[in-house]
Amino acid sequence: MWESFGFEFVNFYFIPGLVLGCIYALGAIGITLTFGILRFANFAHGELMMMGAYLTWTIMAIATAILGIAVHPLLAAIPASIVVIYLFFWTDKFFYKPFRKADTIKVVMASFGMMLILRSAVQVIWGPNQLTFVPGIAKPNPSLLGWSSDIGAMLLIPNKHLFIFAGTIVFVVVLSYILNRTRIGKAMRAVSDSPDLAHVTGIDVDQVIRATWIVGGVCAIAAGVFLAMDIQMLETTMGFRMLLPMFAAAILGGIGKPYGAVVGGLVIGLSEELSAYPWIGDAPLLSPGYKTGVAFAIMVVMLIVRPQGLFKGRSF
Amino acid sequence: MEAYLGYLLYFLSLATVGGIYAIFALGLNVQWGFAGLFNVGIVGFAAVGAYTYALLTTAESTFHYGGLGLPLPVGMFVAMVASAVIAGVIGLICIRLRSDYLAIATIGISEIIKLILKNETEVTNGPRGINKIPRAWEHFSEERFYSSWPMSWFNTPEGWAVFFDALPNWWWQPCFAATVLFCMYVIYRMLERARISPWGRMMTAIRENEPAARAAGKNVTARRVEAFVIGAAIMGFAGALFAQHLRLIEPTNTFDPAKVTFLVWVMLILGGSGNNRGAMLGAFLIWTIWSASELMIGGIIDLAGYVFQSFDTGVLATRAGFLRMMLIGILMQVVLQKYPAGILPEVRPASPQSNK
Repeated sequence: MWESFGFEFVNFYFIPGLVLGCIYALGAIGITLTFGILRFANFAHGELMMMGAYLTWTIMAIATAILGIAVHPLLAAIPASIVVIYLFFWTDKFFYKPFRKADTIKVVMASFGMMLILRSAVQVIWGPNQLTFVPGIAKPNPSLLGWSSDIGAMLLIPNKHLFIFAGTIVFVVVLSYILNRTRIGKAMRAVSDSPDLAHVTGIDVDQVIRATWIVGGVCAIAAGVFLAMDIQMLETTMGFRMLLPMFAAAILGGIGKPYGAVVGGLVIGLSEELSAYPWIGDAPLLSPGYKTGVAFAIMVVMLIVRPQGLFKGRSF
Repeated sequence: MEAYLGYLLYFLSLATVGGIYAIFALGLNVQWGFAGLFNVGIVGFAAVGAYTYALLTTAESTFHYGGLGLPLPVGMFVAMVASAVIAGVIGLICIRLRSDYLAIATIGISEIIKLILKNETEVTNGPRGINKIPRAWEHFSEERFYSSWPMSWFNTPEGWAVFFDALPNWWWQPCFAATVLFCMYVIYRMLERARISPWGRMMTAIRENEPAARAAGKNVTARRVEAFVIGAAIMGFAGALFAQHLRLIEPTNTFDPAKVTFLVWVMLILGGSGNNRGAMLGAFLIWTIWSASELMIGGIIDLAGYVFQSFDTGVLATRAGFLRMMLIGILMQVVLQKYPAGILPEVRPASPQSNK
């Protein structure tokens, strides 16, 4: 059973799908919070993710050059995330805030422009070519391999994937604590449900917006660094490639619902990878070139059948 | 004399590409300026138009489907229809939702279209693209055209070959530029007629106050889908002209969202959304800035390389193009915030009663 079916399925389709799903989930949290609280689809989110990964790479390179030590990407991501959060603040202050009272579509347009500006900035500063994030081939974790072989299954999971799983779980637990237990988290949920009512009850909306950018920004940079760890390189189109699946995850989970975004991200990631599994016969069910199309198809079906998403999010 | 000819040809190519972008901007003006529909998938509709045209009109080829060798106007017409059909499907799904969803769906469909063009190698020759696309006027000097009707009625193939050899090799450029500008003018007149017609005024009403238009008994959804489909058909047409101008199309670099979707948006916003003349003015202005800045940045980099001998200009040269994109993006943000009406603001047609 395991020899003929499980080995290939779990190691080459299920685990990569789960990894991709974690990355989408973290990215979609930021998108769904912005969509729910600031009420616009932020097209620049993917580019900020990419910016975070590039900054992390730069900090790693600086640390290697000056101190002569190789820093783990997750450590280097901490100073990078501060820069990215300030980037979120600046884009909000200069490009989104002037339109807060205006028609929402103007903000969407501004974020669309921001997407191009940020990508061009990355291409100007770091150049348009691919950069190696972590060199070398990722070997499967030996202790996990030994343990799973003992119970008759063989799991080939490299350390980078274990980091991604653990990191995602930590982020989601922390997020749920912030949203459910802290004052600012409750205020965020209130603004998401009804901004006018929240304003009347004396919630500081500007503070909530800042908190949204911080939470979304930290999740975005985590997603960006995880993606760079997974594919082990950096390219200037990686943010744009993530954008559509992240929107699909946010819509699938319901706009304004962070848990929905997590579930949506996992579903989108898994279905993208599993769509290439040879379910019928030997050939892949769907050519791997069409993976992005799966996310789009799920999104379109959701928009037709249930625009409010699985978890009854906001529908406009 | 030679130098003047060079300037003339540069000016003609500026007018040609500017005219094609102006048609894109007119199409977007129907969707955004008239109806307020946020389409960020212009590149997808352009790609559908260009590929439809290319597959229908090229000579038979082993690299891609057909090469049906149909007459050029048929190719242009089918390109419009194909683009309109895709827009109709998206419109029916997304238009009843808020504009953000339409934006996400259009950017999605344009990526999917590019994915299909890249992966269906049997039909589209994949990333290698389609070449030898017949360009209007220039195609008359291809053998397969002058040896068949209607050209064969007037002269023998040998006679035509001699005739075309006698012409200077740029003879088709003024003709092609004139054709593009003529198409632009016809579309402009049609849209101007639509704008002042009851249909156009109803579109404005729907855009400005949807509940009131609905209460007045207007079928809002149907009108919006109409505007979306008409705009997409114009974009498909412009895409077909784009394919003619380039003669070689491939999915990734030709149809780069930054260079099509984004530039067209900047053109429309700068020129003035809702104003057809503004759309055309913005298109020519931005395209002139865009292509002139390419020459200028090249000159500056050469100068820098001359002044600072030790400087490596290669890195600068590859990155200057992106800097230009960034500056255009910042220009768009400035216009959006400070001059939201654009250079030529929208003019509302007077109602028929007030003319009396």
